[in-house]
Amino acid sequence: MATDADAPAVALRDLGRAYGERVALSGVTLELPRGATLAVFGANGAGKTTLLRVLATLLRPHAGSAAVLGRELPREGWAVRGRVGLLAHEPLLYRDLSARENLRFHARLHGVADGRAEELLDAVGMARRADEPIRALSRGMTQRVAICRAVLHQPELLLLDEPLANLDPGAAAGVAPLIGRASGVARVLISHDVELGLAEADMVLGLRGGQPEILEPAAAISPDDLKGLYR
Amino acid sequence: MAAVVRKDVLVELRTGEMVPAMLLFSVSTFVLFHFALDRRSVEGDLAAGVLWVTLLFAAVLGIVRLFVAEREQGGFDGFLLAPVDRTALFVAKATVLFCFLAAVELAAIPAFAILLLGPSPWDALPELLVVLVLADLGVAVVGTLVGALGVQTRTRELIVPILALPLMIPLVIAAARATSPLLVEGATGGIEGRWLLVLGLYDLVFGLLAFAVFDFLLED
Repeated sequence: MATDADAPAVALRDLGRAYGERVALSGVTLELPRGATLAVFGANGAGKTTLLRVLATLLRPHAGSAAVLGRELPREGWAVRGRVGLLAHEPLLYRDLSARENLRFHARLHGVADGRAEELLDAVGMARRADEPIRALSRGMTQRVAICRAVLHQPELLLLDEPLANLDPGAAAGVAPLIGRASGVARVLISHDVELGLAEADMVLGLRGGQPEILEPAAAISPDDLKGLYR
Repeated sequence: MAAVVRKDVLVELRTGEMVPAMLLFSVSTFVLFHFALDRRSVEGDLAAGVLWVTLLFAAVLGIVRLFVAEREQGGFDGFLLAPVDRTALFVAKATVLFCFLAAVELAAIPAFAILLLGPSPWDALPELLVVLVLADLGVAVVGTLVGALGVQTRTRELIVPILALPLMIPLVIAAARATSPLLVEGATGGIEGRWLLVLGLYDLVFGLLAFAVFDFLLED
């Protein structure tokens, strides 16, 4: 009998999603194996963030089917929550709480020990500033805390929207073990940095106007192939 | 649930965005009534009406802000990504609102007694506390439901009072009728049981309703 562990990390068939009359995503069909990375490229409004939010169970699919970690969405969304880590544009952190308080809050929601929060703060070099409110931190520091929040519960699938935004090279290297290829978990990665995104990817999805224009193994794609998506 | 309550109390202690505003509004309204009614003091029906209308409007200020951090700082998404029952958010937010209302009343009722009330309310304090607890429960339940609905809209400052005030009319009637005999000189009669029953039923009915529909308010 097939179990969740045998199922691909993501399996989409003709996935579609609309906001009112406007179709944000349509006809996306793909399968992402466990441990692999899908890089998603496309201009603003191409449907990248919508795809991420559907996979995170925050938006319902309106057409086709979506399965995450072997569970059908939205019917079995309850079984997916707590197994995916979302790093979105917004850090999902309370500005008036400190980094430590935010992480401890999320640790309690996910049933994770406080020690894990301390371990992560240390790993991203934020232990010294952990008691300052988020509103007092720079964007890069806030991003580092948001990365800690996203991986706090050791998710099986990481959904990353521009994860290195605002990070200096040192900070980017510091978070690589948590959200990079070294993390070993399946990843869906949105990036506008074509070279960096390709270097991280096993599979590439290029979206234009909500529709898939490119779906190829990363090895078969060159940066020039992707630049057309932004014209 | 405890994590959300603890977080909200911590944020409120740090920012003071809700309780001080609600308290200031209550005291200012009592001062306004003091001059507008042109009386040295009020008692009975009038006192109960002034007290409950003021507390209700103060509560609306808190309800408007109850889910703002969740909406504007991604708290809804953070909560929805966690493997927890969505109704836990409802119970937590209702608990927070109840606690904030109690904190406001702790200072607003003595202020009401000093600024407006003729008879001393202290003899009837145990009965008054029962009414306050039952009425605050109702405000917390309906307020949490309406707050979650209103925060999804761009005009939450308008939507929340428009929805909350009509829904709370039965609660204010019952609370004022139950309180009225407690705010007269030499009150001995105590509370009419039927008004406590109305308050209890109101809490139960809206509690069940909120429990049934809150999940849908969090759906996209």
